[in-house]
Amino acid sequence: MPIEPVAGLLPIVFDLPFREGYVRSIIFVSLYVSVVAVTLSTLFSVPVAVAMGFADFPGKQFAKSVINTGMGFPSVVVGLLVLFAVSNQGPLGSLNLIFTPEAMILSQFVLATPPITAISLAAITGVDEGVRDAARVLGGTRLDVALVVLKEARYGIATAILAGFGRAISEVGSVLIVGGNITGADGISKTRTLTTAIQLEARQGQYETAMVLGAILVALVLTVNAIVVRLGDREVRP
Amino acid sequence: MPIQRRRFVAAVGAGAIASAAGCSGIAGTLGPSGDDGSEGPAVVGETLTLTTTTSTYDTGLLDEIHPEFEEMYGVTVDAVAQGTGAALESARNGDADVVLVHARGLEDEFLRDGYGINRRDLMFNDFVIVGPESDPAEIRGTASATEALTAIADAEARFVSRGDNSGTHTKELNLWEAAGAEPGGDWYQETGTGMGEALNVATQQGAYTLSDRGTFISQRSAIDLVVLVQGPIEDGPEILANPYGIMAVNPGVHDNANYDLAMAYIGWITSPDAQDAISEYRTNGEQLFFPEAVSDDPDFQQYVPEGWSSDSSD
Repeated sequence: MPIEPVAGLLPIVFDLPFREGYVRSIIFVSLYVSVVAVTLSTLFSVPVAVAMGFADFPGKQFAKSVINTGMGFPSVVVGLLVLFAVSNQGPLGSLNLIFTPEAMILSQFVLATPPITAISLAAITGVDEGVRDAARVLGGTRLDVALVVLKEARYGIATAILAGFGRAISEVGSVLIVGGNITGADGISKTRTLTTAIQLEARQGQYETAMVLGAILVALVLTVNAIVVRLGDREVRP
Repeated sequence: MPIQRRRFVAAVGAGAIASAAGCSGIAGTLGPSGDDGSEGPAVVGETLTLTTTTSTYDTGLLDEIHPEFEEMYGVTVDAVAQGTGAALESARNGDADVVLVHARGLEDEFLRDGYGINRRDLMFNDFVIVGPESDPAEIRGTASATEALTAIADAEARFVSRGDNSGTHTKELNLWEAAGAEPGGDWYQETGTGMGEALNVATQQGAYTLSDRGTFISQRSAIDLVVLVQGPIEDGPEILANPYGIMAVNPGVHDNANYDLAMAYIGWITSPDAQDAISEYRTNGEQLFFPEAVSDDPDFQQYVPEGWSSDSSD
């Protein structure tokens, strides 16, 4: 991973007032939480989008509206709902999830699922009818047809996943509430992400440090996008 | 139904813990280190969740002193910096084991409601009223904090309020009440942010604000404000005192609270060693917190809500 040497150089380049390993650990927590959450969201969203794209059922438009509304759901509200769920008083209280990365994954799953589902659904619906018909005519089973459509819609689905990832990794409201922005006394992050670290620096009036962390976050999102686009291109060739 | 599910989960969890304990027991007897459990306390590996105010965390105090406690017991302290109101609310929900805050009125309510036990006075510093060098309301050197606020209100000079139910915000509201002034209007702005941001907003707007001395000292180099009314540490009025208290979450209310470790923490942080470490902590060469847990004077009021007495009907 290129993150290691780059993160190691940061304190030298910017003279950040952080202890060794701090920036690296918040990058790790950010990536861990967002990647796991987006992976789970994708595993949930894409089959749902496929099922909705192929089936006609009463209330389909309403279901679409609900998903589209979910895309604009305020992250702070999601954070509060997840807090009520995982708090000691809540239904998941006995699992002791409050102030852990797992609670953050849960809230980011809730946040990332609507955009991934909605954009995937749009991509699947947008696949030319002729492609489906051709697959059927060639004697494809329902599964074959679904796979063909998925292949045709892969760019749209990649965009969906990136949109979900973008929402997860740049989000600050819910991870702050359910994660608690915790870093150990040894300077290694437990539930502090890049966004909550930026919030902490801003709270202390350290705007310059906050800006540097912001630049790291943007660079990180850019890198992930570039990697996904590259993978998408490579898939076409064979 | 939810209760049954909860019991099921608890049973599964207990089973997992029991089997894990069994494994570590075997590992302990077979391990080359001959670890028979006598090497460390039984709490090793546990996590203590401390909800606290932004001022104790942002000044770097907790990061400075916690390693000693973590090493002593082999545990991890998760410090969640939330502001006094939110820190107490987390504890009410059973999401914290111990709370370190600075608003006696809110602490007392927490005790009376049964959520907190074993309260100790921990340390103190003071609040200061800061503002621009030009001092438009002419409060510099005023001996009374309430008179200073009245002067600000009369002059309708800009005042930045935390507005976030923190300990500092609570103190500010109490001061306005004591001054008999009603803050409001264009000159009074609630930021809803932490102390550092409030100080920045005050700098940008040439406004007054109330700050704890610790945060003000640790950020003084970056802001353009001066202390206009001193707190009791610099012989200012006693009403600006800023005492910090520590309490364990009552295991009788929240049976999942890590009470043993919370009490170990309170015992440690009120011990002469940790109190020395608090008084030796410096930012920009200045002492931020003054310990007050170690005393030869038996101060019973620290254990109970202020003014409480067994004779009263309360």
